[in-house]
This record gives sequence, C-alpha cells and structure tokens, in this order.
Amino acid sequence: MATATAEARNVPAVTDGHKHKKNALSDGQGRLAWLLLAPTLLVILVVAGIPVLMSIRESFFQTNAGVDPNTGLIQGGESFVGLDNFTNIFAGNNPVQGTWGSMDRFWNDFLNTTMITIVCVLLETVLGVIMALIMAKAFTGRGVVRAGILVPWAIPTIVSALMWKLIFDSSGVMNRILGQEIQWLADTGWSFWAIVIADVWKTAPFIGLLTLAGLQTIPAEVYEAAKVDGASTWQQFVRITLPMVRPTLVVAVLFRTLDTLRMFDLPYGMIGPGKYRVETLSIFAYQEATQTRYGPAAAYAIILFVYVLLVAFFFVRLLGADVIGDSAPPKTKKKKRGKDDQAKTAEVPALETMGGAH
Amino acid sequence: MSTTTAPTSTESHLTQAEVEELAHPKRSPKYLIGTIGSYVGMAFIVLYCIIPFYWMVVSSFRDPSEGRSTEFIPSPASIENFKAVFSAQNNFGRSLINSLIVALTTTILTLLFGIIAAYALARLRFNGKGLVLWLIMACSMFPLIILIPPLLKMFSSTAPFTWFPYWVNTYQAVILPSLSFGLPLAVWNLTAFFKQLPNELEQAAMVDGCTPGVAFRKVILPLAAPGVFTTAIIVFIGAWNEFLVALTFLQDKNMQTATVAISKFTGATGFDVPYGTIMAAGVLVTVPLLIAVLLFQRRIVAGLTAGGVK
Repeated sequence: MATATAEARNVPAVTDGHKHKKNALSDGQGRLAWLLLAPTLLVILVVAGIPVLMSIRESFFQTNAGVDPNTGLIQGGESFVGLDNFTNIFAGNNPVQGTWGSMDRFWNDFLNTTMITIVCVLLETVLGVIMALIMAKAFTGRGVVRAGILVPWAIPTIVSALMWKLIFDSSGVMNRILGQEIQWLADTGWSFWAIVIADVWKTAPFIGLLTLAGLQTIPAEVYEAAKVDGASTWQQFVRITLPMVRPTLVVAVLFRTLDTLRMFDLPYGMIGPGKYRVETLSIFAYQEATQTRYGPAAAYAIILFVYVLLVAFFFVRLLGADVIGDSAPPKTKKKKRGKDDQAKTAEVPALETMGGAH
Repeated sequence: MSTTTAPTSTESHLTQAEVEELAHPKRSPKYLIGTIGSYVGMAFIVLYCIIPFYWMVVSSFRDPSEGRSTEFIPSPASIENFKAVFSAQNNFGRSLINSLIVALTTTILTLLFGIIAAYALARLRFNGKGLVLWLIMACSMFPLIILIPPLLKMFSSTAPFTWFPYWVNTYQAVILPSLSFGLPLAVWNLTAFFKQLPNELEQAAMVDGCTPGVAFRKVILPLAAPGVFTTAIIVFIGAWNEFLVALTFLQDKNMQTATVAISKFTGATGFDVPYGTIMAAGVLVTVPLLIAVLLFQRRIVAGLTAGGVK
C-alpha cells in the first residue's frame, strides 16, 4: 500500500514537472522575452540609435555662415555639402603645430589619440598584470589592497585631472621630488607624459583587479603538475599563467583601448582645450560642436566611431576577444577549452571599467 | 605547561624538541623572501593608489594663504578651503544637489528597464538573443562624443529643430544621454547576476503554483537584491562622474553638476587657479563614492555567500 501511493504520487509529479519545465523553458517565451526587452530596446533606440543616425546626417551638412551675397542678410540654417566635411581633413586647411610637426589639426589629434592609447594601454596592462600577480600571491590583507585599488577608480576623471594638474604644476610637488623645473602643463612634450601618468594611475589598478579574477580561475593542480615536471617560475608564468589568463586580459585590454580612444576629461581638465600636443579627437569634435560647426564635429565623431569599431573588430576577430561570453553565436573558433568559463568571469568587470571611466 | 605536554610526547614517541619543531616548521629562505616580497608588493600597490589622493586631501586642508605649498603635512590645518567651496561665488551645494538628481534619476530609470531586460536575457529562450546582446554591447562601445553634435543642435532648438523645446540647462538633457551608457552597463551586470541564481529556484516556485511573474517578484528579485544594489552603485558612480555631456548641456551655474562646477571654479583674482578650493571640492565629491564603494564590497561578499539555495 505504502509503495503504491508513493508510486501514484511520483508518476504524475514527474510528468507534471516535465510539463511545467517545458512550459517554463520554451513555450511562448519568445513573445514574453521581446515584451520584457522592448522598453530597453526602445530607450537604446531613442538615446543612442537615433542620435547616431542624426550624426551621420549632420556630417553631410554645414552651418551657413557669413552674409548671403544675393540678399545681403546674415545667413542662417545649413546646406548640404556632400562629403566635404570628410574630404576636408585631407585638404590641410587647418595646420597646427603639435608633437608631430606642422600638420592638419584633425591628423594631429588622430595621431595624439592613437599614441596616447597605445602607450597608456601598454603600460596599464603590464602594471595591472604585475599587480594581479602580487595580489594572487598574498595570503592576508587582500581586502585592504582591493579597497585601495578602488580609490583611483572611484575618483571622477575630471577631479583626478585637476588633482594631477596640481601635482604637475611647475612649482608643484612632482617637480620638487624630481628636483627639476619641468613645464608639464604648458603644452610641451612633457604634457603627453603627464597625461599618460595620470591615466595609468587611474586605470592600471582596475586591469589588475580584472586580471586577478582571471588568475583565480586557474586551478592549482596545473601549477603543481608543472612543478613536478620541473618548470621554472618564469616558464610557469609564460606557459601557464599568461595563456590561461589571456581571455580575461584580452577583454579587459579591449575595453580599456576603446575607452582611451575616446578620452576627453583628462586632457581637457589637466592641460586644457586647444593644446595641440595632447588634444584628442573627442576634444576637437567637442570644440567644433560648441562653436556651432556641427557638420565637421559630426564628421570627426563618426570617423572616431569607425576607428573604434575597427579596433573592436580587430580584437574580436584576430585576438578572439569573447565579449559576449557563452551566449554568443560561435563566431570565432574556440581555441582553448575552458575559454567560455573564463570569459564569463570577465564580462561583468569588463563593463565596469567602461562605466567607471566615463 | 611542561606537565601537560610531557605525556603527549611520551605517548606519541616524539621528543619535546621534535614537537617544538613540528609546531613551528622551519621556513625555507625562498619562502620567506616570497612572503616579504608579496607584502612589499602589496604595500607598493596601496601606496601607488593612495598617495596622489593623499596629496589632494592634504592640499584641501591647507590654509589658502599657503598657495601651492609642497609641504607634506599642512601646518596649520585649516578648513578655509571647504568654506570657500560653499561660498556664494561657487555655490557648490547647489551643484551637489544637481549631481544627485541627475545620478539618482539615471540609476532608477536604468534599473527599471534593465532588470526586466536582464531577466529575459538570462532566463528566457528566444531567437535573436545573440543579436540583442551584440546590440547592447555595441551601444556601450561607441564614443559618447558622437551624441554631442546632433543633440546640442536639437536641445538648443537650432534650425531645423526649431520645433524642439529648448532643453539646454535642463536635467533631462543630461539624463537621457547618460542612459546610453548606463543601461547597457546595468543590463550586462544584471544578466550575469541572474544567471548565477539556480534555475531550480523558479522551477520550485512554479511547481508550488506561482506564475513566472510571481516567481520572479517573490523569489528571484529578493535573492538578486545584492546584485541589483551592486549594479545601482556602479551606474550611480558612472552617472555621478560623467563630465562631457554635463559640460555641453549645463551652462547655467545653477544647473551645473558637481563635476562641471569643479572644472569651472575661479579664484578671487580670476587668474590664479584656486587649487585649494578645487581640491576641497574634489574631496567632497569623492569621499561619498569611496564610502559607497567600501559598502558595495561588503554587499558583494554577502551576496555571494548568502544567495544559495536553501
């Protein structure tokens, strides 16, 4: 009797559970999902999609300026100029004196943006990995270090720009320590390095934090096996640590690169606008827009956007950055086992970097 | 002491010396160097992160008459700079309130939309999920500057947008563009967090007769609270620290957010950069964030340990 009731209860429960599972996991979920996603997609369309399209439209127009020769009135409105805003960057109408000699302001800023990005990201990555290795070795006090690391991250970029401005002042503490009288802020070659130092200070610790998360997914057995086989510390680092932390690191470096390419706050707050040795494309586009030259501003912003897209494409395709994690359609070849798991740990903090640096 | 340890040593046929040695194992010099090295390294990291911030704090407590003194400790310490921050000329209190309004509204809107979207992405099966994920990712990748030219034109009612209300110096002019980076961030964070919660939780609730909606509200949301809180903090910090959009659209002194106000502080003479006041304002803007970050750390740990299935 007891067994019979148990069976009687078990059988429908199982089928019931199955039915529920089927209902909950597949039937009619598509419609519900799109319903839940609709508000977000709508907001993204309104605050990002439409403005980007408007920017593309804008880049084919120029604001009218000066006096109309026919009517003698001051012109208003705008007129269609085709690709002029884009082709003008090759005309060299606006030469400035920067780090790279005399060249068009657009190309000067393009080179500045690229060089700042390359130098900053390289230094940040090296320092960040070193920090992660130190933290991974630590037994105690990790909490203190982690709290300390979040200090540069939490400070608003504009505040850190002004903080470094004081430090790099010609009679400031940096010159006092160095015993020099370097004009860091006067749009000299040193200004570039002042920007690099300030940016590396703010973001290297965070790369360290992300890399640490990646390091912690490496099982200890791998190192034990390597030790048994007689691998040196350096061999372990190059053959085990780096390859296994690579997926996390590539994603972190990708987001840092994209973030540095659109740098605005730091040079603007620290050195100031219109300083050609450190002016980035974002600052240039901002200055054009605030002087009502919307067309060229939009054109420069779009070129920057395309540049960012190309860099992102390079990272995803050639370096295999797994930005989406396991939910993505398998676009790139899976090179290593366990890649997905590690990318998953990376995806959340990777975006945190993005939010933090704005 | 010797009376209590003596029987043990005879029973386990170990001499007193051997017991001592086992209790304090000899550490190889290499191990010692490693330990010392890691502490030195950690001290280096902490100093690296803290020292520039320390300089900001020290400079904020200097007497304004000391100017750009490079003394490592202010003597005498003074709160004159903090008084100057709130003087009528700088009106920083108003800026802090503006920042709070903008950042809080952005955070709340972001969470409202983000939570339900993240739930769909984490739990439901549907065609096109990969596409949506890529779209949200792409949205957070593009440079914010691309929004500035068309929106500035639109919000300032310049032709051909004369039909559009004049939105320069309004909160919504900053909040809407802030959603473009806040929302992807929130959706991403929350999706990862919802995925960590076991599926069995909702299934159990549904077996007990809950509809998916009720299961989400009564089971998932309370468990996800630490994740939601964490996301809220990150979005809030992002919105609070935002500079480019606020600088473009908030030109009126009474509407400026704190980051913009700090960048526009002027000294009494107009030529000298009032570093002391700027540093004091920087400290005021940063310290609440630092406190929040420390709290957020604790929340994360608590969330990870307490969020399991009972």
